[in-house]
This record gives sequence, C-alpha cells and structure tokens, in this order.
Amino acid sequence: MGRYLLRRLLQLVPVFIGTTFLIYWLVWSVPGDPFAGKCGDRRCPDTYINFMTEKYQLDESIWVQYATYMKNLFQGDFGLTYNSRDVGDIIAAAYPNTLKLALVALAIEAIIGLGAGVLTGLRRNGFLDNLVLVSTLFLIALPVFVIGFVLQWLLGVKWGIIHPTVSSEMRLSELLLPGFVLGSASMAYVARVARTSIAENRRADYVRTAIAKGLPMRRVVGVHLLRNSLIPVVTLLGTDLGALMGGAIVTEGIFGINGIGRAVFRAIVTKESATVVSIVVVLVLVYLLMNLLVDLLYAALDPRIRYE
Amino acid sequence: MRVSKRASGAIALGAAFALVASGCSSSSDDGGDAGNSADGAITIDGGEPENPLVPSNTTETNGGKIIDWMWTGLVEYPNDGSAPRNALAESIETTDSKVYKIKIKQDTKFHDGTVVKAKNFVDAWNWGAYSPNGAQNSSFFADIQGFEDVNTADPDGADGPQKAPEPKAKEMSGLKVVDDWNFEVTLAAPTAVFPTKLGYSTFMPLPDAFFAGSAEDFGKKPIGNGPVKFVSWENNVSIKLTRFDDYQLRDKMKIKDVNLKISQDDNAVYSDLVSGNIDFQQQVPVSALAGDKWKTDLGERAISSVTPVTGIIAFPIYDKRFADPKLRRAVSLSINRQEVTDKIFFGNRKPADSWANPLAPGAAPGNCTACQFNVDEAKKLLAEAGGFSGEMVFYYNADASHKEWMEAVAQQVKTNLGINARAEGVPTFAVFRQNINAHKMKGPYRAGWQQDYPDVENWVNPLYVTGGSSNDGLYSNKQVDALAKEASAAPSLDASHAKFAEAVKLIDQDAPSIPVYFAGQQSGRSDKIKKMELTNVGELDVTSVEL
Repeated sequence: MGRYLLRRLLQLVPVFIGTTFLIYWLVWSVPGDPFAGKCGDRRCPDTYINFMTEKYQLDESIWVQYATYMKNLFQGDFGLTYNSRDVGDIIAAAYPNTLKLALVALAIEAIIGLGAGVLTGLRRNGFLDNLVLVSTLFLIALPVFVIGFVLQWLLGVKWGIIHPTVSSEMRLSELLLPGFVLGSASMAYVARVARTSIAENRRADYVRTAIAKGLPMRRVVGVHLLRNSLIPVVTLLGTDLGALMGGAIVTEGIFGINGIGRAVFRAIVTKESATVVSIVVVLVLVYLLMNLLVDLLYAALDPRIRYE
Repeated sequence: MRVSKRASGAIALGAAFALVASGCSSSSDDGGDAGNSADGAITIDGGEPENPLVPSNTTETNGGKIIDWMWTGLVEYPNDGSAPRNALAESIETTDSKVYKIKIKQDTKFHDGTVVKAKNFVDAWNWGAYSPNGAQNSSFFADIQGFEDVNTADPDGADGPQKAPEPKAKEMSGLKVVDDWNFEVTLAAPTAVFPTKLGYSTFMPLPDAFFAGSAEDFGKKPIGNGPVKFVSWENNVSIKLTRFDDYQLRDKMKIKDVNLKISQDDNAVYSDLVSGNIDFQQQVPVSALAGDKWKTDLGERAISSVTPVTGIIAFPIYDKRFADPKLRRAVSLSINRQEVTDKIFFGNRKPADSWANPLAPGAAPGNCTACQFNVDEAKKLLAEAGGFSGEMVFYYNADASHKEWMEAVAQQVKTNLGINARAEGVPTFAVFRQNINAHKMKGPYRAGWQQDYPDVENWVNPLYVTGGSSNDGLYSNKQVDALAKEASAAPSLDASHAKFAEAVKLIDQDAPSIPVYFAGQQSGRSDKIKKMELTNVGELDVTSVEL
C-alpha cells in the first residue's frame, strides 16, 4: 500500500510538468499582443507596450518564459496579473468559492442521485422508476444555463424566495440552488449508474446467499448490495469533482460567484499566461489527487482489491 | 478615449436628469432624507480595473470611473454636457492660448491629509509624460513644450527589436512652478482647447506619496483629492469606497459608502437589479433591450440617456482600393442608418448625421452630408470612381456585440451598390487592434469614438488630421490639416469652433470614415436611490446620490 502510494505520487511529477507546459504553450500561442487593445480605439503608445512587454518578459522565448514561471512557482510565487495583482491572491480568493460550490453540487448529486438510484434499482419498472427515468432524461437533455436561468428567474426574480445571485460571504443556504444547477446533469448520471449497478448485483449469488441466510433486508441492501454496487458510482463521483470545478464557469456566471471559471476565462481572453497556468495547475492537482483517492477507495469498498 | 470592455458595447451619456422620490411627502427638500443619506451606503455594478489605479495610466471605464470619483481636477465637466468650469482651479488665464497661468484653490487636501499644491500637478504631468514610465495616456501631454525631450519614440515601433533611446530630460521645459498655489504652462503651439482638456483624468494631481514609492503600489491603494476616498480592493470581488470628510469643493458626497460589486456577467447583475439587490447598473444587458423588456421590468427605475459616443466604420486609406473619396462617399451614402438603428438597436441608438457627436460643444448637427441615405447618388459616385472590383470585407472584433450591425451594413452595401460585400469577425479586440495599428486592414473596419473631453476639437484632431493619435486609416488632406491647425490655435473657443466647422466641410467631401450611429445608454437604479445624476459620459455621479 505504501509503495503503491509512493509510486502514484511520483507519477504526478511528470504529469504535472507536462500539463503546465502544454497549457503555457497554448496560452502563449493565442494570437495577438495582450497590450494592443488596452487603450480602446486609440492606439496605445509604444512606450506603454514596451514597458509592459519588458515587465512581463514577453519579449523572451517561450522556454525562458516557462522556465522563469516554474522557478517562481516553486518559490511560491504565482506571478502577477496585467493589472499588477498577485495571482496567488486571486487563487486564494477564487478557489475556496469554486471548491465550496463543487462540494455542495457533489453532495447534492451523491445524496439525491444515489437515493434515487437505489430506490429505482430495487423496484424496477414501478411508477417511481419511470418517474426517475423521465426526470433524469429531462435533466441530461437541458443545458446547464437553461436550468440555471429558469430557476434563478423563477425563485429569485419572480417569486423572490432567494437572492438571484450569491453574496461574497458564500453562505451554504445560498449555494444550494447553484449547487443543484451545477450538479444536475451528473446527478442524473449517478442515479442511472447506481440503478443499473444495484439491479445487476441484486441477482448476484452473494445477495441470494445473504437473503437465504435470513439476514434482514436492511442489512442485505445496506451492507452487501450497496457496498459492492458503489464502485462505478464512486468512480463517477470522484472524477466529477474536478469536472465540476472546471465546468463551473457557466454556473458561476449566472449566479455571480467569484470562482476560478470566471478568473480563467478573463485571463484567457487577456492572454494572461501566469493566471491561466496557475489556476489550471491547481485544478490538475485536484484531478490527480481525486483519482488517487478513488483508486484507494476501491480497496476499502471491495476487499478483493489489493494494492502492492 | 475610455473604452468599455463589456459585451454590450455601449458606453456611457450626457443629459443630466434627476429623480425625485414620487412617494416623498410634501416636505420642501427636493427628495431624499438627509438622515438616510448621511450614513447611507449603495452597492453598484462594477468591473475589475485593467491597471493599477493611476490616473495617467487608465483608459478603460472600469478603472476610469473610480478615478473620476476619487480625483478632482483643475476643471470639471458639468453633468448636463455644457462647457467645462473651474473646479480646483481658482483661475486659468492666458492672452495668447500658448502660455497659461494657473492658480489653484488654497488648502484643499489629498486623502492622506497632505495639501494639494501646484507642484503636485507639475510632478504628476512630468511623470505621465516621461516615456520610461510607460503611461497609457502619455500622448495627452504632447501639447506641452518640451514633451519630445521626455518622451522618446521607439525607432522601429513596439514590435521591433530596437529600444527607444533614454529621454534627455526628466521634466518638460513648459511646466514651471511659481509658488505653492501658482504654476505656468507653456505649450509648444497655441491651443485654445487646452483648458478644456484639463478635466480629463490624465491631468489629475498626485500626492507626494506617489513619488516616494512605486506607481504600481500606489495604484493598489490610490490616494486622490476628490470627494470619494479609497478603502479596499478585493480582486474580482469588490472595491469599497467611502466619503472623504475633509473635502471642501462643490461636489461633496451626500451618502457615506459606495461598494462596487465586481461582476463579469451583465445578466446576473441585471437579475440583481430587477430584484432590488443592487442599486445601479450603468448598462442593462442586450438581452433585456429586445422588445423594451427592461422598461417593463424596471418601470420608473429605468433610465434612458445618450452618450457622447459615435459608432464609426473607418476606411484603410493606405489601401489603394479605398483611396478614391468618391468610392468612400458612395459606400457611406448607400447605408440606411435609420433602418440599422431601428432594427438592430431597437431604436436605442440614433442614426448619425454629423461628424462630431452632437453632445460635444462646437459640434454642428446634421453636417455630415455623406451620412444621408441616397442610393442614386451613391450609384452615380461609384460609377465615377470606376466601380469596385473584388470583395469588400467589413471587419469587426467578434468579442463584443458588433456582428449584427456590421453584417447589416455590409448587406446594405451589397444590395444597394452591387458590390460583393460581407462582414467578417476578428476573434479578439487585441488582434483586431494590432492589425489596425500595423495598418494591415484589408477592408473598412469598425471603430468607435468616445470623446475624452467635451469639445469638437476632440472629434477632428485625433481622427482626421495627419498624424492624429487615432487616425489609423492614414487619412491626409493638407487643407484639413491647415484649417485644424488654425482652429486649434484660435484665440477663443468660439473662433476655434468656427474654423473646425470649415475643416469638417472638407472632411465631409472626403468621407475618410462612415459615422453610423450615436450611442445611447440604458441604465437602471434601485428604489432606494431617491435622487441621482449621470455624468457627461453616463457614469453614475456618486456625489449626487441621495437615499
């Protein structure tokens, strides 16, 4: 187990360097001088463009730029935005917000999705099963921004039950709606995967044995059936955290949440390599660590899986 | 030129207006409860400034409006768009429009408690003009004698490998401090409009603290001398401002705190506005304009205004195919501007009929004969010009909402003149600007102009005079240059305006660009605000707000 963990952690290093360079290179290849459009429809003075180009070392080759960036990164310096703000500060402000939102979404999709999945998996072809089938289809078919705008307008503007946007305090109660919107599509998938998995395992030998042993139904489902059926669901949920964080940009926009999606979008448009790479680097780390966590969870869920 | 980076594109306007609380009792005050206002706070829509907040280094609206609130200059532009008046200046005197004696009001203070003295102006202007400081607005100081000694040009442009030589002086010879309250400005050439320019943010004074540290650090915690004081700036979240209690000039703030909520999405802000969670949005999103939805949503909280902004299509005159004035006039005459503004902008913008925006003092309404819609004349001119062969591509930047109207214009040219015209988007404004700067445009392209200061001069010199700061199409007419020079040097503003009118007549014949529409602005406020005004460029005048 220890060696496996170490090996996995060491694997992170080349992946980390590879992704950061790839992203740096991509932002670098976006055409256009980042400062050419800064003065509106008047041309910027050459002196201004030269000053900024030199300050951000944009006249150097991409290798030098990337090397300098990585050197500073390992000293904990994420670099500066073009309005001279510390990228580290932006990350510190935006990441917790997106993470909170993604965790709320994850919790909602786990609870509702798994609940619906288990209920329908046990009672297939009933009324509830059909209801969940139709509503999940509906959620999957609708784009996130439609669900977001409609719910925001209905609950926030028309009925005035909630604030249409999230305040900077990011209270949990305010995050329920954005979390639901963000997690809605995944929630539908979780329900369907859980339903299939439960339904399949329901006919497995060990379940029949457990029932034959005379175990109460609660124990059969809660301990034997659920635990074994969770593997595909956990895979889905685990990798979804990264996807939720990276894909939160639309939800963040609709509900005015100051998260990483917004920050990355702004930085890509303005060609701010330091900001884009720094935010994505942290996102890559989230993906990698979540994947590792999922793999470790397999062992906990299914004793037949061992890591050497 | 301040430019709004919001997708809606429209910037700001001029006519002042005031709201009086309809529900107010019969008390004699003109709306607003003094008790409410005195410690009241508002939350308004804002955006992340693109640069540290230094006046001579800010050209966009997000940072620009904060600078406008935080600083008071020598002159100010009244909200109703009328002629500028003295603010911090006690008097600005000249006999020849070349040497200006400026006296400032005594004992006014910066937010850090230091006194505003003549040297704070002189030092700030020298800093802005000095090229190694790289200020975006450095060219505004070019009127002043000795500018070329402190601001050296890059011999091969910004893209070339060579560096600009070190300037030989650090201070402009035209600026002289007389004593604490007086200074003298000598210009390189007589310029009647110079006092008008002094209200533009580039000419604001800077406290001694600015010169003690770096401009960048100052810009994160700026110290101004205006009615509004800086409190804090949280990246991408909010900028907090408060009343400067020691402020002694006319426009003291009536409420206490202003909280700018930084947003990226106009629609989210609009939802907040409709449900009363935010107090002011300067421009409602395009999605709310269709079918006048915003007026239904907001009722009497909707504020419609006009802004000194003109939407223009410029010709790349350096391209031989567009060198003939007859062809350019033909294209301009073939555009039905009324139809474009009615169908694309739902009547929220007005068809352009003059070269300078009518809100600029000295502008003559209706002086753009090339702006008429006259297909017969256009066809005749096109024939005289020998027709146009090949494709005429109209370019715009695709990262803001210009697609619809540019396509409409191209379609009209195609239908009315039979030219093979179409519109094409350039992905980002930066790439678009880069091509324009490098004079590489291959067809007419979208431009726009918001006046920097209210005068017709600002609509002629930068755009249509040889070497003008925004004459990107390289239009050049010696007679226009001569007339504009004469107009700039005129002894009085009236004489200057008369001469500019003559220059505009020649420009009208040459049609170096196509004015298409005059912008309008659609804003909204909350019920909480009982009284407020917009500035001459359509920003919220926070000092006028009463709750």
